[in-house]
Amino acid sequence: MPFINFPAREITCKIVYYGPGLGGKTTNIQYIFDKTNPNAKGKLITLDTDADRTLYFDFLPLSLGEIHGFRTKFSLYTVPGQVFYDATRKLVLRGADGVVFVADSQEERMDANQESLENLQLNLQDHGLDLRTTPFVMQYNKRDLPGVLSVPELHEQLNPWNVPEFQAIATTGFGVFETLKMTVKLVVKELRKSIG
Amino acid sequence: MYNPQLVLYEEDQHRITDSCNRLVRDANARSVFLIDKDGQLLMASGDHHGLDTASLASLTAGTFAATGSLAHLLGEKEFPHLFHEGEHDSIHLSLVGQRWILVVIFDERSTLGLVRLRVRKIGEELAKVAEEMQARAPQSPDVSLFSNITDEDIDNLFDDL
Repeated sequence: MPFINFPAREITCKIVYYGPGLGGKTTNIQYIFDKTNPNAKGKLITLDTDADRTLYFDFLPLSLGEIHGFRTKFSLYTVPGQVFYDATRKLVLRGADGVVFVADSQEERMDANQESLENLQLNLQDHGLDLRTTPFVMQYNKRDLPGVLSVPELHEQLNPWNVPEFQAIATTGFGVFETLKMTVKLVVKELRKSIG
Repeated sequence: MYNPQLVLYEEDQHRITDSCNRLVRDANARSVFLIDKDGQLLMASGDHHGLDTASLASLTAGTFAATGSLAHLLGEKEFPHLFHEGEHDSIHLSLVGQRWILVVIFDERSTLGLVRLRVRKIGEELAKVAEEMQARAPQSPDVSLFSNITDEDIDNLFDDL
């Protein structure tokens, strides 16, 4: 749900990074934080366990350029990927204006990808949202690892909606900003469509 | 279906600011914040310099959501008031209407009893504002200025990144 603040001339939108455990959601956000101009970002909050697994969520506020005199702000969230944290995922997804699915490209993680994707659809439904109408981008992460599936194979199994998709190696930053930029574009276009 | 947007106008801001400023004064609070359940900060009042308000808003919404789920587990609809006590500063959270959370940060100059008393009255005022904003937002004509956003405008968003 975009928040339009006329007195402050600001629009704030929420983007949620979703996907299976250890797929690279936090690494995406961490890279964005590390490489962003200090004036454009707030503090990165990570609530994780001792084993560096996301316990609750990661949160990064980003401030981008202006549109018609309105500063655009984006709150980036990740959800915990582990299966048993479903209640938390549902809560973080609340009010999402755009979703990035960070898939693990390794063949042995396909079941986890598909399980997480089905879980995303169910949790969106609980908030009255649908993947076909919500700004949604697919990222195939870990392209540098051995045993990864080809992009056509990943597309066939994970992207029946033909949403924009990107290859990524989040640890090096490859594909990270491309994914974010496309998601922001889709969110702003949806804003234009829904309230313009 | 796309979620309805939340739109804050000058008039809303004046009403919210007035209520929050009175709460700071009447409750002897250090600061007061009004936050949307999705983690958006609507208003900050009182002494909040040096405080990371974006993080405060996000974590407050997260805390409230998690506690709401806990309430459901117990068969409660929700826990509308939460209180965290610190050595110097304490924080009181309360639900306003269906969508907002009123956050009061106070120290030894105030008491939990006083804060709760003042929050009850101001909370009712703010709930009324929230209700009016909710009813008005979808058909607001002023947001039509977004209709002529160009693809170039969107590309330019990343210039400062």
